[in-house]
Amino acid sequence: MHDKADVWQGTLALMVLKTIETMGSLHGYGIARRIEQTSGNLLSLNYGTLYPALLKLEQEGSIASEWGVSENNRKAKFYKLTRRGRQQLAKEARDWRQATAILARFLSPSGDAA
Amino acid sequence: MMRLRAWLVRFAGLRPAARRERELADEIESHLQLHIDDNLRAGMRPEQARRDAILKLGGVEPTKEAYRDRSTIPFLENLLRDTRFAIRQLRKNPGFTSTAVLVLGLGICASVAIFAFVDATLIKPLPYRDPARLVGLFETVQLCPQCPLSYPDYLDWKRLNKVFTAADAFQTDGLTLRTGKGAEMVGGAQVTAGFFKTLGVAPLLGRDFLTGEDSPAAPRTVLLSYSAWQKRYAGNAAVLGQTVTLNGDPHTIIGVLPQDFHFAVTGPAEFWTALHTNTNSCLQQRGCHSLSGIARLRDGVSIRTADANIKLIAGELEKQYPSNRGQGGSVMALTEIVIGRIRPILIVLLCGAGLLLLIASVNVTSLVLVRAESRRREMAVRSALGGSRARLVSQFVTEGVVLVAAAAAFGLVAARWLMQLLISLIGADQMAGMPFLVGLGLNFRVFAFAGAVSAASAALVSIAPAWRSFLPDLREGLAEGSRGSAGTTWRRFGANLVVLELATAVVLLVGAGLLGKSFYRLLHVDMGMQPDHLATLRIAEPDSIRDNNPKVVALAREVMNRIAGLPGVESVAISSLLPVRGGNTMWIRVIGHPFHGEHNEVGYRQVSSGYFTTLRARLLHGRYFTEADDASKPPVVIIDRALAEKYFPGEDPVGKRIAYPGASSPPMEVVGIVDDIKEGALDETTWPTMYVAFNQDPDDHFSLVARTSKAEQALLPTLAAAIHGIDPGISTYEQRTMNDRINNTPAAYLRRCSAWLVGGFAVLALLLGAAGLYGVIAYSVSQRTREIGVRIALGAQRSSVYRLILTEAGWLIVAGIIIGLVCSVAAATLIRGLLFGVRSWDVPTLAAVAAVLGASALLASFIPARRAASVDPVDALRAE
Repeated sequence: MHDKADVWQGTLALMVLKTIETMGSLHGYGIARRIEQTSGNLLSLNYGTLYPALLKLEQEGSIASEWGVSENNRKAKFYKLTRRGRQQLAKEARDWRQATAILARFLSPSGDAA
Repeated sequence: MMRLRAWLVRFAGLRPAARRERELADEIESHLQLHIDDNLRAGMRPEQARRDAILKLGGVEPTKEAYRDRSTIPFLENLLRDTRFAIRQLRKNPGFTSTAVLVLGLGICASVAIFAFVDATLIKPLPYRDPARLVGLFETVQLCPQCPLSYPDYLDWKRLNKVFTAADAFQTDGLTLRTGKGAEMVGGAQVTAGFFKTLGVAPLLGRDFLTGEDSPAAPRTVLLSYSAWQKRYAGNAAVLGQTVTLNGDPHTIIGVLPQDFHFAVTGPAEFWTALHTNTNSCLQQRGCHSLSGIARLRDGVSIRTADANIKLIAGELEKQYPSNRGQGGSVMALTEIVIGRIRPILIVLLCGAGLLLLIASVNVTSLVLVRAESRRREMAVRSALGGSRARLVSQFVTEGVVLVAAAAAFGLVAARWLMQLLISLIGADQMAGMPFLVGLGLNFRVFAFAGAVSAASAALVSIAPAWRSFLPDLREGLAEGSRGSAGTTWRRFGANLVVLELATAVVLLVGAGLLGKSFYRLLHVDMGMQPDHLATLRIAEPDSIRDNNPKVVALAREVMNRIAGLPGVESVAISSLLPVRGGNTMWIRVIGHPFHGEHNEVGYRQVSSGYFTTLRARLLHGRYFTEADDASKPPVVIIDRALAEKYFPGEDPVGKRIAYPGASSPPMEVVGIVDDIKEGALDETTWPTMYVAFNQDPDDHFSLVARTSKAEQALLPTLAAAIHGIDPGISTYEQRTMNDRINNTPAAYLRRCSAWLVGGFAVLALLLGAAGLYGVIAYSVSQRTREIGVRIALGAQRSSVYRLILTEAGWLIVAGIIIGLVCSVAAATLIRGLLFGVRSWDVPTLAAVAAVLGASALLASFIPARRAASVDPVDALRAE
């Protein structure tokens, strides 16, 4: 189960969770656009990869989905965070911050890697 | 935790879910719509807006595919799909499927049923504590390597040995049980007090014998077998302390043995009493051997060490006591005593069943291969459409596994039935000697074995076509009419399989032939009598006249008179023991010959005057007994040819005298010589035997034999009724016809069973082998239709087409027969011990098998050959 795509999906999952937390309830297309915008369009996301990631989060119980109507009156499936999802987001965000902080120390010009 | 939840959801996703699929389509569609709306707002043209949305998504189908993979478990999903497809495929071909399941199922059935016997006999341990440390003790003499012990010898062995933690003795003896309805003969065993402690068996109810409870003065006590407790006392716990009269003496019931307890050596004894030396004069004499011994080895002592120690002690006793002259000792594992005799037969049967399963698997493999051949295009198409090799192979494997699973289910049901059938065929007498078979059934070991053989045959059935699919480039299958190289490859492979099948069938046929011939030879050994039309039963006298010789003689005379008056009875006689069962022996010396105390051991029978004429034995010289030879006359004896040749070489024994050395009884005059009668086992050479007149030397227990002009079976109940009419206190047992006795001796019985079973396997193997050959030749003909059409078009005669096909089959048959014959000679050497009167390379058997197999195989290949010869060249060429 742990192949290269999983690593990408790991960060993707975090982005998805954070996006849903910020936006409240949101549909798949909205999440995809929001991620692109948040990344300052630096990230080119293949929208299709989002759906297996959403399914995985739903299977794990981090998010829940229901059908609703979008702002422009289109039928769409909306995702929202569950309690478990909030916990997972908090934990993963902490882990990620820690990881980037460590990496930042290595990469900062004044840092002593030895 | 979360991962587990995800797995569970995905596992649940294995259910085909149209709803999920629809929701996914809806969600993707809504995604696209939202994206298109945005694009339109951004000023794109409608087609461009849609195209961009799909592009950004990364394609609709790939997205769905990725989603689906995530929603279930792809491997299991594929497996389920393969299984469903396999079942559909198999149902579409009911002919193929039912043949394959039937053939494989029979193979699995045979091997599982036989394995259940092997398990109950050889694998399941005997129901004693640490049974591997238990041994049996025997005295040995030249003629008899495993003979009973005498009580004084047993005591000395027990006292002097350094190898056993415990040693005990027992004997089996029928007991007369007094019931409300009169006397009944019941199975009984007499054991020394430590017997059950040595075995490590504790009573279910009540107590074991106490130390010293077997002393002469101790009060009489008895332990009941579980079945006796159930049958005679309805399983009532209040039975403890009750009194039961056995052989005229009251015994107190002190306990009940556990349900799973059995002791094959004694047979199914119902009443277990302590061995009191004062009940039986034999127990007081060092020269009278009636006991069996068991002992438990000390830790670290091997059977070989114990055997050496016992031989040493026996050597000491031999020096000390003249009666022990020539008496050695031997120690043997108890398991060996119980199952040693049946083990080689079970192994032979298991091998036979295994070979049958091999043939069945090979046959089904070849069926599957032919089918795989006809599905080459399907496989090629699937491969071209992107089916990976692994997926194609897994399809074959799944089909094989589904097929074998169905066959295994069928086989197990059939095996259960076959086991019950075999058990019912064994018969009560044989079961008595094999109590371990009572536990026969489908236990977890049998299931494990069934699983293992099924897995093996599944491997054979599925791997061959999978491997086969790798051979040529699959795309070749797409080319129209391509069958050249691939067809040849398969034909060669299939041909090898058929040779293997035919060879295996030959091995089984030869095995069955040799065993059958042994059985025939055994039943046709010269028995020195005419066993047909003889009804027999055994009689124990009422307690009131026990050990009273004149009354016993009078009773015997009365019994014979009563029986002789029955309709259809031509003559009647009694003997202390009946033929073909071995038994009592005596030491003799010939008066006038030099004698130095050696043990001249001869068989010993007490018979009535009409015994030899009733059996229709052959008198060689002198005379038979008459009613006048009674206690008032000087004792007389009749000897058999073997005794005459061994102890009277070159002289006429009639008129000479023989005596029992050391005994006070007067010498007996030899009055007649009778040709050897098979008193012992059928497959052993006849012991020298002497016959004394019952009227001069009667026995409490004797057997009656009546010759009738009618069916002897019908006479049996009349015999018992007539005897009970004289005195209800007489017990009768073992009512058999003489032929039944002969057929049920271990020597005949074991060979008959193995001959029938191996014969059954062999017939199945022959059928399967012929069917396999038919399959290969028919396939070959179907592949060569065009070639044959061309030949015929060019003017080939039909006969030459026959020759063409039959030559191809002939080579396979000849190869199969030759390989099979070589293997069978080797295999027959392994079953040497079971053969009687035939050699392992018995030429008539080998020739007959070769002829039978050759004829059936030719017949099987004649059918496709005829089809080939009737090929219409026009049709054949147009079909291409």
